[in-house]
Amino acid sequence: MPAEIGTVLVTRRFGDEENKQITSYEANGGYKIARAAMAKSPEEIVDQIKASNLRGRGGAGFPTGLKWSFVPKDATDVHLVVNCDESEPGTCKDRELVYWDPHLLIEGMIIAAHTLGAVHNYIYIRGEMMREYAVLVKAVEEAYARGYLGDKIMGMGNQACHITVHRGAGAYICGEETALLNSLEGLRGQPRLKPPFPAIKGLFGKPTVVNNVETLMNIPFIVDQGGQWFADLGVGRSGGTRTVCVSGHVEKPGVYELPMTITFRELIDDICGGVWKGRKFKGLIPGGTSMPPLDESEIDVPVEFDALMTDERIKPVEVTAGVNFDMGGGRELRTMAGSGGIVVFDDQTDVVALTSRIMGFYHHESCGQCTPCREGTGWMDKICKRLMNGEGKVGDVDLLGNIANGIAGNTICALGEAAAWPMMGFLTKFRSEFLAKEVIGKSEDGEGEAA
Amino acid sequence: MSLKFSDEATSKLEVLYGRYPSKQPVILAALHLAQKEFGDLRDEVIDLVGETLDLSSAHVYGVATFYTMFRRKPGGKTSVRVCTNVACMLRGGYDVLAAFEKKLGLKKGESNDDFSLIEEECIAACANAPAIVCGTKYFLDVTPDQVDEIVTFLKSNPHPESEVA
Ligand SMILES: Cc1cc2nc3c(=O)[nH]c(=O)nc-3n(C[C@H](O)[C@H](O)[C@H](O)COP(=O)(O)O)c2cc1C
Ligand code: SF4
Ligand code: FES
Repeated sequence: MPAEIGTVLVTRRFGDEENKQITSYEANGGYKIARAAMAKSPEEIVDQIKASNLRGRGGAGFPTGLKWSFVPKDATDVHLVVNCDESEPGTCKDRELVYWDPHLLIEGMIIAAHTLGAVHNYIYIRGEMMREYAVLVKAVEEAYARGYLGDKIMGMGNQACHITVHRGAGAYICGEETALLNSLEGLRGQPRLKPPFPAIKGLFGKPTVVNNVETLMNIPFIVDQGGQWFADLGVGRSGGTRTVCVSGHVEKPGVYELPMTITFRELIDDICGGVWKGRKFKGLIPGGTSMPPLDESEIDVPVEFDALMTDERIKPVEVTAGVNFDMGGGRELRTMAGSGGIVVFDDQTDVVALTSRIMGFYHHESCGQCTPCREGTGWMDKICKRLMNGEGKVGDVDLLGNIANGIAGNTICALGEAAAWPMMGFLTKFRSEFLAKEVIGKSEDGEGEAA
Repeated sequence: MSLKFSDEATSKLEVLYGRYPSKQPVILAALHLAQKEFGDLRDEVIDLVGETLDLSSAHVYGVATFYTMFRRKPGGKTSVRVCTNVACMLRGGYDVLAAFEKKLGLKKGESNDDFSLIEEECIAACANAPAIVCGTKYFLDVTPDQVDEIVTFLKSNPHPESEVA
């Protein structure tokens, strides 16, 4: 049955302070599914996850069952690492999820660890999330005390499962999975070249699965009710529900778990009470600031992963006017579901200032390993700032598009794309506003007269 | 006189060593604890962390300077992290930051004994923008006229950052 408005899985315990106690969680059936899963074979569980069409909720939407199946069959010392670094601007679901339902994450981890044969597992939590860190540490201690974690979990002599909560210390890039692994190992949080992929050589050189918080919280539901049931909640190749974080210029911002089929327009008008102050809609960021924005003509598309990539109502992103950006092999970029962070902006918004803030962020967060990213984000930041401040030069807009095009595809990690895609996306959708900021009469070097 | 970790910190570190294949991964926890005990990560503190974890001071320095929560110079008891990223910007985050600058007489990035004022990137509270985080406490849907009250509260209830490390 497809999910309806009100079908909620991972957010069902929001607002219930009691639920954080293991006793309340157990009273509501908690940890029963993990216990039942211990009797199932890893193959059986992976098949269910594959059938469920669960896709990673951390940003890339990668099929979870497939990711798990990349871990070599005979591997020992496998690690499961939870990505709770949430810092993609506009995204605020994982923090709420771990705060309200830490035991659901632990239960999902126990099932995943059993499936992967993982013994030492880690939750990497962003350093600034001190309130949530305390909640997680307490929940993990409770789970140890009740025998759900330890050397012999749930009285099973041959099964050990350990969880350590590992605090970061402030660095957006540590959300990228290989940077996260380096950070966990006690190094500077700089991304690694892939391959090798973490499933082959990850944490401490061992096969590792990195999953987002929300991804793992969906696992108990799938194992309990079956992969087909979860797939049917969703649509096409995307199973389950979609948790979105809506912020910016709407009357009722919030974290909402919704059917995959809901459109952005319905989301804004029916769920979020419309654009604030009776103003008009101008645009939105659909999945965290690294995703190209949508304008008014594009918001009748559903929030589902594939729709955002392929629906032809969404214009392809351009490098310069009329020249489409090529993702490789001639593939066009529309946008992506990303992290679920939806930022709405009204008709009074200065999109050049908004873009400038985004470029300032990526410039600040670039780890500096790759020249195109380190230098390119700096140039885009600088040029956006001068356009915003009325000091733009003729040619700046095309220059921005060309710099972005030079970054995308030429870096170690996807932070390069995370900066380049929104840059080209904002130019594509709001080009005239950028052009209006180019100072007519000045050439690129700021001297002489342009024709 | 050389610095030493408190017994409490030492026993916390001992527990953590058992969680990893070597001492190196404990470095972030050790730096958080060190910053809590010594206020900042000046050279002697870097050396202490290196000696404690059997790592070179150069390695510890490299890590300590990569992460924004660590400071090499003294700061205030409470770090006020005011988000100005997009969701907060769209709902007045910069006005809130300006109100703090005025009230505290500090520019962003500056400190006095009680406060360090920091312009922060997204703190994952975007649906309650503008948002501020101070240690374990969030202030949500903040307006500039609430800034006086927040400062008064934090002055008598400091929220240091590493208290749960
Ligand atoms: C720059 C950058 C930042 C990222 N930040 C996060 C993050 O904060 N949380 C997250 O879950 N994934 C983040 N990701 C995605 C992770 O690399 C990884 O794909 C994800 O954690 C995998 O989990 P999933 O398959 O369950 O989605 C980031 C990626 C990049 C390139
Ligand atoms: S793309 Fe940017 S953030 Fe990623 S590794 Fe290269 S320099 Fe670092
Ligand atoms: S943008 Fe301010 S909390 Fe996310």
